[in-house]
Amino acid sequence: MLEIFIFATLNGIVTGLLLFMLASGLTLIFSMMGILNFAHASLYMLGAYFAYSVSIRLGFWSGLIIAPIIVGVLGALVERYGLRQVHKSGPVAELVFTFGLAFLIEEAIQFFWGRDTKNYQQPEILDFALFTLFGQEFSAYRGFMIFISVAIFIGLYYTLTKSRIGIIIQAAITHPHTVANLGHNVPLIFMCVFGAGSALAGLAGVIAGPVLTTFPGMSAVLGSIVFVIIVIGGLGSLAGAFIASLMIGLLQSYAIASNVGMPDLLNLLGISFERSHPLNDLWTITLPQIAPILPFLLLVLVLVFRPSGLLGKRE
Amino acid sequence: MLEVKDLHAYYGKSHILQGVTFDIGEGEIVSLLGRNGVGRSTTVKTIMGEVAPSGSIKFKGQEIAGKKAFEIAQLGIGYVPENRDIFPTLSVRQNLILGMKSTVSSGRWTIDSIFEMFPNLAERADVHGGVLSGGEQQMLCMCRTLMGDPELIMIDEPTEGLAPKVVAQVADLLQEIARRGVAILLVEQKLSIALKISRRVYVMGHGKIVYRGTPASLLEADAIRAEWLEV
Ligand SMILES: Nc1ncnc2c1ncn2[C@@H]1O[C@H](COP(=O)(O)OP(=O)(O)O)[C@@H](O)[C@H]1O
Ligand SMILES: [Mg+2]
Repeated sequence: MLEIFIFATLNGIVTGLLLFMLASGLTLIFSMMGILNFAHASLYMLGAYFAYSVSIRLGFWSGLIIAPIIVGVLGALVERYGLRQVHKSGPVAELVFTFGLAFLIEEAIQFFWGRDTKNYQQPEILDFALFTLFGQEFSAYRGFMIFISVAIFIGLYYTLTKSRIGIIIQAAITHPHTVANLGHNVPLIFMCVFGAGSALAGLAGVIAGPVLTTFPGMSAVLGSIVFVIIVIGGLGSLAGAFIASLMIGLLQSYAIASNVGMPDLLNLLGISFERSHPLNDLWTITLPQIAPILPFLLLVLVLVFRPSGLLGKRE
Repeated sequence: MLEVKDLHAYYGKSHILQGVTFDIGEGEIVSLLGRNGVGRSTTVKTIMGEVAPSGSIKFKGQEIAGKKAFEIAQLGIGYVPENRDIFPTLSVRQNLILGMKSTVSSGRWTIDSIFEMFPNLAERADVHGGVLSGGEQQMLCMCRTLMGDPELIMIDEPTEGLAPKVVAQVADLLQEIARRGVAILLVEQKLSIALKISRRVYVMGHGKIVYRGTPASLLEADAIRAEWLEV
């Protein structure tokens, strides 16, 4: 029991940190530009594919560095030559633009890399058990994922709250005109933040690719959950996104690891049903089965009881 | 240093600035006076590139009409808006850092020298700007712009709503700014400190300059004061 709990917690943290790597960029971009970038998860997928292509030629570590940079530059170009032009036509146009971009990236990936799953592998030197607990192994690669994410977040936190550029970014989000009057090029700052957010999404793809498999549907797997996270956390709140990411990561991980379901609950209540009952599917449902919909269930609950999200400011 | 010629500006269809012409010399304190709503704020916003200009605005001989606000600030014009836009969630020190145009401050002003001039800001270096009093916020706002080392600073109604003692502090700071060779365009409604510290004054009425002179000459021009300034 304890071993299941510990491993579910560790796996939940790995997933949660990965989710936050996506959610942090998305929520930063949202608070700057006031739009939800629907192509964010596609940039994540793009990161995995670029890393795959680089890794088969130059190895995993080169991919780890090169792929996020390419995705970051692409993101910056999208902001500069796409979103900034579309912005003049209003928020609906921007939303439609990011939708279109998501489809475009997905189609481009299938065109260049094909529909099949890519054999994107974790590096050999991380292919060992970091530790063994109760006879179960925790892979070094998952430890590496935790390490990278935590390092990135410490860097991000430090940059945003302590450095001069972070101060300028914070101020530009709420008072772009005042910041421009002080001589700062706000559009350039926005482009860089968009690029950095994209690079983070790309990096998430790079490190997730080997464990979550690199295939054309990988953006859909995490994409909707990331939106759920930034809404639950409160739109525009980085801290809220962090809490929500870990919450959802852990929740899903516990649900998958738990072996309970409706039959156990019904047994406990002393109720039993015939197999032939028309709602048999409902009476035999188990927690691992509904794990994928838990985030959305949580989303509905949050929207009903706390519409501004956990740490969101009320409008 | 600054030459504004036949400046026009519009908000939608309303013609707010209808040919404003004035100039500011190097290191000079010049006041732009007038009643509420005559277009003084619009004038400085237009110079700063926040409102689209037509006409000519030359700074150090270079045409700046049509440039973006950040470019104009980079060229050396500082602007302190009338709404005292300090950042309430940033500390006093961070507000000052925000005013720096590069990582190191190399100009006339450093954070240390500002803290020396204003011990009450120094004491609160690490508290949020939002808890400062109105007067302290005004000082912080002016100092933040000074951190960018402007050669000309345009200050919109810095004494609005401040107690007389704080108004005197603002006047001291303005004179200190001028002593360090920075030209000042002071926008005011009240004459008190403007007449005391300015070298020259302009009076604005309905989108045009209606009087130009010195503090002494304005004091003698009773008809002008009665028509354009007194309430
Ligand atoms: N954002 C705006 N939109 C439309 N009209 C404005 C705006 N700002 C100011 N005005 C109008 O422009 C005129 C001049 O305003 P302003 O320059 O603020 O005057 P002052 O600073 O001299 O009090 C006023 O009649 C005011 O109503
Ligand atoms: Mg005004």
